[in-house]
Amino acid sequence: MTPFISVTGPAVPVLLDNVDTDTIIRIERLSTIARKDLGEYAFESLRVSRAGTTTNSPLNLDNFDRAPILLAGANFGCGSSREGAVWAIQSLGIRCVIASSFGDIFFNNCFKNGILPVLLARERIDFLAKNTSAGQSLTVDLVNCTISLAADASPIPFEVNPLQRDMLIAGLDEIEATLSCDSLISAWQQRDQVERPWIWQTN
Amino acid sequence: MSAPTTLFDKIWNTHVVKDLGHGWALLHVDRHLLHDLSGTTALKAMEKQGRAVRTAQLTYATFDHAVSTAPGRTGDTFEGGRHLYRGLKSRAVSSGIRIFDIGEPGHGIVHVIGPELGLVLPGSITVCGDSHTCTNGALGSLAFGIGSSESTHVLATQTIRQKRPKNMRVKVEGRQPDHTTAKDIALHIIRTLGADAGTGFAIEYAGSSVVEMCIEQRLTLCNMSIELGAKYGMIAPDDKVIEYLRDKPFAPKGESFESAVENWRQLKTDVGAVFDHEATIDVGQVRPSITWGTSPEQNAAIDGQVPMPDDFVNDARRAAYMKALDYMGLTPGADLSGLRIDRVFIGSCTNSRLSDLRIAAGVVRGRSVAPHVRAWVVPGSEAVKRAAEADGLAEIFKDAGFEWREPGCSMCVAANGETAEPGDRVVSTSNRNFVGRQGPGVRTHLASPATAAASAIAGYICSAGEL
Repeated sequence: MTPFISVTGPAVPVLLDNVDTDTIIRIERLSTIARKDLGEYAFESLRVSRAGTTTNSPLNLDNFDRAPILLAGANFGCGSSREGAVWAIQSLGIRCVIASSFGDIFFNNCFKNGILPVLLARERIDFLAKNTSAGQSLTVDLVNCTISLAADASPIPFEVNPLQRDMLIAGLDEIEATLSCDSLISAWQQRDQVERPWIWQTN
Repeated sequence: MSAPTTLFDKIWNTHVVKDLGHGWALLHVDRHLLHDLSGTTALKAMEKQGRAVRTAQLTYATFDHAVSTAPGRTGDTFEGGRHLYRGLKSRAVSSGIRIFDIGEPGHGIVHVIGPELGLVLPGSITVCGDSHTCTNGALGSLAFGIGSSESTHVLATQTIRQKRPKNMRVKVEGRQPDHTTAKDIALHIIRTLGADAGTGFAIEYAGSSVVEMCIEQRLTLCNMSIELGAKYGMIAPDDKVIEYLRDKPFAPKGESFESAVENWRQLKTDVGAVFDHEATIDVGQVRPSITWGTSPEQNAAIDGQVPMPDDFVNDARRAAYMKALDYMGLTPGADLSGLRIDRVFIGSCTNSRLSDLRIAAGVVRGRSVAPHVRAWVVPGSEAVKRAAEADGLAEIFKDAGFEWREPGCSMCVAANGETAEPGDRVVSTSNRNFVGRQGPGVRTHLASPATAAASAIAGYICSAGEL
């Protein structure tokens, strides 16, 4: 997994609440489009009007092209568990999503793909959006857990679970980490087969 | 004596293989269910990483998302899903994973067959690469949806890394009014609490109304937990659950069943256990409901109206409302009842079980689908399909002009070529009315099987009581 230390660049605002993973990527794109190309189809219903024309969404603005940071509203990534939603924003070039809340499954999926989801109060996100829309770039620093605007000396602190932070910074493979305590798993299973034999009678 | 503990925490605690610190644990997974979309992705990743499935015995696979539900279909009928069907089947078989193939008893929508086969048991941890895995919490399983990377982790290790969520109890109290179903209750709860009220929480449903519900109603209620933002929704197992599981094909048998029951009887929240949040719902206030917008929280009683802009105090919610009305082709204050519709879909992991079809058939019996409406019934599993055919329900639907189809996710997920046309208004018993969910530009109205059936007959949005 690509480690995440810090990113700097434009931050595109998509400040709607309840942006679901169907909106991030339509399901049929996932069975037909290669993972690295999903960005072209990300947020389709926000970027393309029903008549097929380009909308005035910030996602369509040149100055936000390949923006590494996304500013979002409440409950971002709610709904379907599709990990393709993360791959789609990743393919757009996004490395960090800042939202006032996230869908729980999407939140976990981000970490599995080297993307940092940051929780921040809505007023602060609005403040950042105002400044990044005016052309300022943003830096998200995972080592110090701070967000800073280019022209503002006072960084905004954010919180992230230390376990997830360390995994992201190291770009660790979780499966390998878990397999390093394989003997604990075997011991748990052996004990469970005695305590709950009915769980293991699977035919 | 140990401190009073919630049902959720009891199951969590007994599954901790290793405490990872900072609120995280490595948990053992007792049931891992795979479907053709995320399951294929996870097994492919295993192949790419050169890993072997650790405990195939606790892993099961079915084909529901990307398969056609056209009568007489095979796994190859929907061309776009053929590689997923074949990809899952070949990899599952070579890994020793039990599959439930199309056409055989046991096949169906993953969250319909899990309970129906007795694969999902009280006190187990059940995961699946699908957000509606919370459905299975109705049997007292700690069941939750995961991503495909997490699914790969489970295949390789039979464990999952999770952060312990907060606990919420939703008490549903009172007597359920006539013509309402668990779907109406779920929509009412989501409207009352909000589509993100459950984010970060595991929900336990309790209260007199939940106790009264049959198992299939409880499955519908728990299914919609994720539309509240909660990854987990569960109900303490009681006698109804025990009797439901007693003769299920994969449930333990004989003495083994009785010893399991002893264990299951302990699975309840202790008196005095503290929840991080509690909500109480007066079920007497619930009326047959339908969504008018593009989030499940955007719903109202069928005899009500689309809200007015001033009904929203929160700017973001008002902005979402305006956007939703534009997409849905509705105006503020418009009556919901009487809106002309184009399609009806009865199916999905929310509402495709035998009792759902019985309710719908009760409304349809002796009537005909309005000439301009195309109406589908998609049973949730092969077992539901066969039982509905044996009971004469299928005939009732067919005689009325419904299409009677094969089991699968069909128009709920629309990953199988089964979509409506842009601009179509669909009354659907599924769980999500998101923009484009049933096809680009399609306008979805979520409702109960009774409402969907009544609307198919009327040709416009209509409750069963009004018909």
